[in-house]
Amino acid sequence: MSDHDSRGSHESNPLDVVPMGGGIGGGMAHMEAAGAHEGVENAIELKEVEGLSQGRIILRRFLHHRGAMISLIILVALLLLAYSSIGFKVFGLQIPGWWKYQYTDITNNSNNLHPTLSLWPPRFGAHPFGQDEIGHDVFAETMRGVQQSFMIIVVIGVVSTAIGVVVGAVAGYFGGLIDALLMRLTDMFIIVPLIILAAVIGHYAAGAGPFVLAVLLGVLVWTSLARLVRGEVLTLRSREFVEAAKVAGASHRRIIFKHILPNAAGVIIVSMTLTMAAAILLEAALGYLGLGVQLPDISLGSLISTYESSFGTRPWLFWYTGTFILVIALTVNFIGDGLRDAFDPRQRRKLSRRAKQEASSSRPAALIETMNKAGQ
Amino acid sequence: MTSERTAGRGPVLKIENLGVDFWVDGTWYPAATGMNYEVQPGEVLAIVGESGSGKSSSSMALLGLLPPNGRVNGRIEFKGRDISAVSASQLRKIRGEEIAVIFQEPMTALNPVYTIGAQIIEMLRTHKGMVPADARARTLELLELVEMPQPEVSIDKYPHQLSGGQRQRAMIAMAVSCEPALLIADEPTTALDVTVQAEILDLMRDLRHKVDSAIVLITHDMGVVADMADRIIVMKDGVIVEAGDVHTVFSSPSHEYTEKLLAAVPKLSVEIDAAEAEEARVSAEKPILTFEDVVIEYPKRGRIPAFRAVDGVSFEIRAGEVVALVGESGSGKTTIGRAAIGLLPVHSGTLEVNGTNIAGAKEKVLRDVRRDAGIVFQDPGSSLNPRLPIGESIGEPIMLAGKAKGAELQKRVETLLDEVELPRSYRNRYPHELSGGQRQRVGIARALALRPPLLIADEPTSALDVSVQARFLDLLQGLQEQLRFACLFITHDLAVVDVLAHRVLVMHKGVLVEQGVKDQVLRRPKDPYTQRLIAAVPVPDPVVQRERRELRAAGRQ
Repeated sequence: MSDHDSRGSHESNPLDVVPMGGGIGGGMAHMEAAGAHEGVENAIELKEVEGLSQGRIILRRFLHHRGAMISLIILVALLLLAYSSIGFKVFGLQIPGWWKYQYTDITNNSNNLHPTLSLWPPRFGAHPFGQDEIGHDVFAETMRGVQQSFMIIVVIGVVSTAIGVVVGAVAGYFGGLIDALLMRLTDMFIIVPLIILAAVIGHYAAGAGPFVLAVLLGVLVWTSLARLVRGEVLTLRSREFVEAAKVAGASHRRIIFKHILPNAAGVIIVSMTLTMAAAILLEAALGYLGLGVQLPDISLGSLISTYESSFGTRPWLFWYTGTFILVIALTVNFIGDGLRDAFDPRQRRKLSRRAKQEASSSRPAALIETMNKAGQ
Repeated sequence: MTSERTAGRGPVLKIENLGVDFWVDGTWYPAATGMNYEVQPGEVLAIVGESGSGKSSSSMALLGLLPPNGRVNGRIEFKGRDISAVSASQLRKIRGEEIAVIFQEPMTALNPVYTIGAQIIEMLRTHKGMVPADARARTLELLELVEMPQPEVSIDKYPHQLSGGQRQRAMIAMAVSCEPALLIADEPTTALDVTVQAEILDLMRDLRHKVDSAIVLITHDMGVVADMADRIIVMKDGVIVEAGDVHTVFSSPSHEYTEKLLAAVPKLSVEIDAAEAEEARVSAEKPILTFEDVVIEYPKRGRIPAFRAVDGVSFEIRAGEVVALVGESGSGKTTIGRAAIGLLPVHSGTLEVNGTNIAGAKEKVLRDVRRDAGIVFQDPGSSLNPRLPIGESIGEPIMLAGKAKGAELQKRVETLLDEVELPRSYRNRYPHELSGGQRQRVGIARALALRPPLLIADEPTSALDVSVQARFLDLLQGLQEQLRFACLFITHDLAVVDVLAHRVLVMHKGVLVEQGVKDQVLRRPKDPYTQRLIAAVPVPDPVVQRERRELRAAGRQ
């Protein structure tokens, strides 16, 4: 994209001296001078225009979404906790964490296996989430579970999005026979209950480690995204800018990837986050069936499965794991919601009640004056 | 206000200091301020202005139909009663019963899952409390009143089974069903073809005498105003800049904006100017676009049979010539434009672009041919990729043709921006940051990027306001004179044709009914369809318009 590189390298033009905010005014002066009054655009339009790129507008709207921002902060904090506490492995190198136990360590019984965590007085204790019968530290186990589960949902999100986008875009863009074939293939994936397919795959992939399992699950859950993308591409395909690109001599690949998909980015990103939220539940369900991540490795799902029998006697083995599943699923869902609102330009921030009560006092007087002047 | 009160009766509607604001990103932005006007019974008041002038929002405010982020202040007096502060349920009662609205787009304003009869009957039953049999009888009367063909049959039809004009008639029937004292018509004919528009305007004029409603007509079309209105209000940026009797405003506008607005309206002049020499000069040039007996069909899909959109069309366009292709919606004019650039396959016949036959040509040949032709699309909102800065959109054809790269490409993009009179800094802007007129100029720059010998313009001005349109046409004309490309200008607006074209082609139902030099086609049309088309164009002059109307009425009897 050579165009991108050279952006902003043309500031020598005298018309450019006006800073971005005043750019419109400068442009308008230019036009007025040219004799016509294209400046008939009213204040509302100008307010909307302000010279922000679409990406900036979306980011700003996302940052204003309270639910999504809170969720993002919680999620990031959770991940920091999980990775810093027990450390992690990169390329076989163990980065140590600040927590004294590993999830594999067998520790001595203390506090009768009960959790030592207490909110008031604030106290972490030796085993904040308690221990199991063997002596595993549940806190370390849960942290490991969060790490693994999060890795799994990210991989599922990326793999399923990649497949779904390509299948959906190709089906929607080319239509006809290709569309029919790809969509019937999608239907085949949809009609078989996901949990059965996942169980079969989980059974065979059990020994191969959580990463392979995640990739295989990703290969199963792309269907809804493919349909969404196809629908989006179908509407975008008939837009005139696609025809204009065709006239300009663009290849099919360029039209799909440069002209159509960026305009479907909203749908894709939103669907990806929602798939990820669903994936953590799928992983938990598989783990519960004993088909997910296998011991000695741990995921949140396999933890629940392992401690299933002790539900009545030592419920804390459940509580913490369940809470973390809930928190991850909820935060990812909220972030997805925020993204959807940010990408949908029809989402306008609602009129706050206070603003409504502020009756006519808040009319920008200067603006009205200029309007009246223009009207004279 | 210039009007006096008619004896005995007060105004139907009296607006005092009306203001409308919208809540945008944390502040109230005024869409209209300090409006004062009144409407007398049986009077037609036209509110004109360009898009964004506040004419629609101020009128919708009367009915409490603003979007949730809008608010109204000021006094709205309807039949002597202030309705600006009444409860929602009272307002609902007034709406429909005493104030009715005719919307711009009848297809979206009518509910597609009910027959038009059912929708009118519902109105009558809710507001008048009629029993079903009576309501149906009254509906038939109403459909007859609006001159719906075969009312007994049409009453049971769904909106999609009717033509645009018939739908608008149904809409009007519904609006007048409760004999409202005030009718608000929001661009009632903008979505219609000229011949249909003339019929609907005639109908509304007749109705006004039959049902004695006052009409507030919101429009941007000065021709429609001249045809219908008694009084006129001109709005600009949310403020009334001029108000008065329609004859006075048209003959001696007092505000400069009104003057500009009137001057910007392209007029279909009636006199013949001697410019026939053009013909001889152009015919010496080589043909750039040749259609020979071209047939274009949309293939059959499922049970829908194949549709022949263009049937046996032959014409040619020579270098340096602007040929206008006119016709009403569905006449196949856009189909011809798309086929000429290889976006639609040709069923039979020969279609040559710059000497290459593209009928049945392979994708690769088409790709080469497209370098010889540029196209400007109708809708400036959808013809540019919203995710690409416009500099990239303009440069794309050059880059893909491998003509230039890097700095060289940037330079050519700048030249193109200069040519269409946009500041160079706009190269980094995104389409949504530009106004409609500016986007359309970007469209021209992209179409001309490879300096093609042929430019196809598919209704490029139909989405633009008149003053913007005038400027756009100037620009296009200037570029054409400078670069001497052949241009196929597709439009439904005969006044635009008069400004721009050398020759005119007239399409009707997929067939070319007339072609010839502009003056001959516009001033001395031979084909009866062309004659009808030209007679239907409203002229922005109330006096001429009345003469034409009388002539038309005389011709019908």
